[in-house]
Amino acid sequence: MAENRKYEVDPVTGSPIHPYTWDGIGELETPPPRWWVLTYAVCVLFAIAWWVAYPAWPYIAGYTKGVLGYSTRADVAEQLAAAKAAQAPMNDKLAKLDYAAIAADPELMTFATAGGKALFGENCAQCHGSGAAGNVGYPNLLDDDWLWGGDYATLEATIMHGVRSTVDADTRQSQMPAFGKDGILTREQVDDVAAYVLSLAGTAPADAAAAEKGKAVFADNCVACHGDAGQGLRDFGAPKLTDSIWLYSGDPKAVAAQIWNPRHGVMPAWAGRLDPLAIKKLVIYVHGLGGGE
Amino acid sequence: MSTTVNPRMPQTIDEADIPVWSHRPKVTPKKVKGPIRNLKWLVMAVLLGIYWGVPWLRFDRGPFAPDQAILIDMPGRKAYFLWFEIWPQEVYIVTLLLIVAAIGLFAVTAMLGRVWCGYTCPQTVWTDLFMTVERWIEGDRAQRIKLDKAPWSVSKLGKRLAKHAAWLFIGMMTGGAWILYFNDAPTVVPEFVTGQAGFAVYATVGFLTFTTWLMAGVARENVCMYMCPYARFQSAMFDQDTLAVTYHTARGEKRGKHKANESWEGRGHCIDCRQCVEVCPTGVDIREGLQMGCISCGLCVDACNSIMDRVGLPHGLIAYDTERNVELMAAGKPRKWNFFRLRTVGYLAVFAVAGMGVLYGLVSRAPLDAAVIADRNPLYVRLSNGDLRNGFTVKVLNKSTSPHTVTLSLTGLEGGEIVVPGHEGEAAPSVEVAPDAVAAIRAFVKLAPANWKGEPIDFEFTVTDPTRDLSVSVPTRFEGPTK
Repeated sequence: MAENRKYEVDPVTGSPIHPYTWDGIGELETPPPRWWVLTYAVCVLFAIAWWVAYPAWPYIAGYTKGVLGYSTRADVAEQLAAAKAAQAPMNDKLAKLDYAAIAADPELMTFATAGGKALFGENCAQCHGSGAAGNVGYPNLLDDDWLWGGDYATLEATIMHGVRSTVDADTRQSQMPAFGKDGILTREQVDDVAAYVLSLAGTAPADAAAAEKGKAVFADNCVACHGDAGQGLRDFGAPKLTDSIWLYSGDPKAVAAQIWNPRHGVMPAWAGRLDPLAIKKLVIYVHGLGGGE
Repeated sequence: MSTTVNPRMPQTIDEADIPVWSHRPKVTPKKVKGPIRNLKWLVMAVLLGIYWGVPWLRFDRGPFAPDQAILIDMPGRKAYFLWFEIWPQEVYIVTLLLIVAAIGLFAVTAMLGRVWCGYTCPQTVWTDLFMTVERWIEGDRAQRIKLDKAPWSVSKLGKRLAKHAAWLFIGMMTGGAWILYFNDAPTVVPEFVTGQAGFAVYATVGFLTFTTWLMAGVARENVCMYMCPYARFQSAMFDQDTLAVTYHTARGEKRGKHKANESWEGRGHCIDCRQCVEVCPTGVDIREGLQMGCISCGLCVDACNSIMDRVGLPHGLIAYDTERNVELMAAGKPRKWNFFRLRTVGYLAVFAVAGMGVLYGLVSRAPLDAAVIADRNPLYVRLSNGDLRNGFTVKVLNKSTSPHTVTLSLTGLEGGEIVVPGHEGEAAPSVEVAPDAVAAIRAFVKLAPANWKGEPIDFEFTVTDPTRDLSVSVPTRFEGPTK
């Protein structure tokens, strides 16, 4: 900089030519417009002011906090609080009204269903599936078959207290005896009653004679819970056996296995984990999936 | 374009003397009178009148829609234009409209040159308005140059403050008036004045006031020279028959000062009075030929003609003319106009076809539309009686300004049964859709196992409005267990 060099002037544009040339090709030193230079300077000043005002520079175990004390976490907390405040009137209304009154208000139903869908994705989808279609051993919530009942009050009780929960005294309890494993029935009797159960659901049994024999076994051992026609009993959570829906598959071997040594699913009690309003939203969502009673 | 080298330009420059920024001379245009100036006043008055007046026009659309003739309702996501209403999904019509406008601009440019730039471009109209105000407050060119050079004084400060205050006021009244197209004009103006309008309204007015002041007051011709893309590519539309502000070099040269009663023999008609340069709002010298800075406003034509009157020569040394005519006249032949040629007729044809397409799109717009979203997780549900069930969300768009009841039915699904929650037991459920709204209707379709052949079944949801005899069918698919 100390050396004051002479620049040649390009005769056509009037711009100075930079003295460094490459293969005889020089570069013009055309000055930028004034507004551009000033805008650039303002941007530099703005950046410096930003560093002072906001969190900017990292160091080994932290960062510069800035004089305004801004943080994105506080920002998010504020936005969440604002969202909560915006939802408050709807939530209050939802908490006050009973299910019948909510069902009569389409706007409230839309709000509750949307909230229920989000809660379902967070808490229920792990077992029941994100589309609520369930899996083997985990009930499908879309259909019109319910172990314990599908009206609002029953759904609420099931979600609050769970099924076979170890921590909730009011949980839904039921147990089917292990007819084969505990020696109540012989292998042949189990196969016979499985064939009979399948015939109840309308599946033509492979062995009609076995199904006929199974009928007597069924009458002696199963009717107490599943009913004399296999219609099930919701008080015990005893499944209806005459429909096309199977919790543990309708395959003959799976049915026989379930009689020999039944599996029992467990659903947590949600009463302590979710607040009553969240449970209400979940009930409305599940009820609206297509099988609500 | 001139590439003449200025002999006074230095051959070298010291590094220390290279400026930090370039020094673009300030353009201080002089007042001019004449027929073209009068035409520009008229165009300015008409355009500003349209811009200001249109939001106040009323148009009755019934009780469920706004009664402003032209309104863009951002919160409602609707645009109203007289009989037409555009929803967000019909924004392609606006795109087509912009394409039509662009082709129209190309056609006009190919025929008449940059008349858009010179007369109707908002940048030109507002700059012209701002310059007029500046002239009232600070005087004409000579006084303004003097004022620019004068040291700061109470009088200079007063004039400057008055000028910028007037500019900001006009900026608010004109640029700020843009909000009238996005709000009900008779409602928002009293709200604005009494401080009851929303933050967005004040922020928009403030921003547009500032940008109007910046563009029309400060940046002016720099917008045309440095920012406008159209200025850069319109030479592609020019040919030798395009009208442009033209200096008749053969008649004007050789230019020079002229004394009264001196003979015109052996010299050109240009007396080098520089009036054409002094009145130019972009500061170009039209005698150097057609150039990027010329916005074709024709003020130099008025200026030159008034000088020609004074020296007793015919008008038209600078005139709206074509390159072909310049050559013909230089050769002593009569002018030839050729407005309708392959290029311009082609532009006009495309303009007409595209314009009719837009019009057809607007006129044939159906007031009822529907979309069907099939549940994908899971595809189907087995019910306890063995039936298969698919879930759908049927979106019904009521694009009219009154509520209508539509019925849903199935076409092409034998044995299919439709169930809408809340409308159980209706064979063809009827649902009311609010005016100008989209209804999302949850619909289940059930099928007995006897009707399921192990293959997905294509069928249609039919949405019917019996009172208006309208019907829309949307294809979708019934899914079930496949073999």
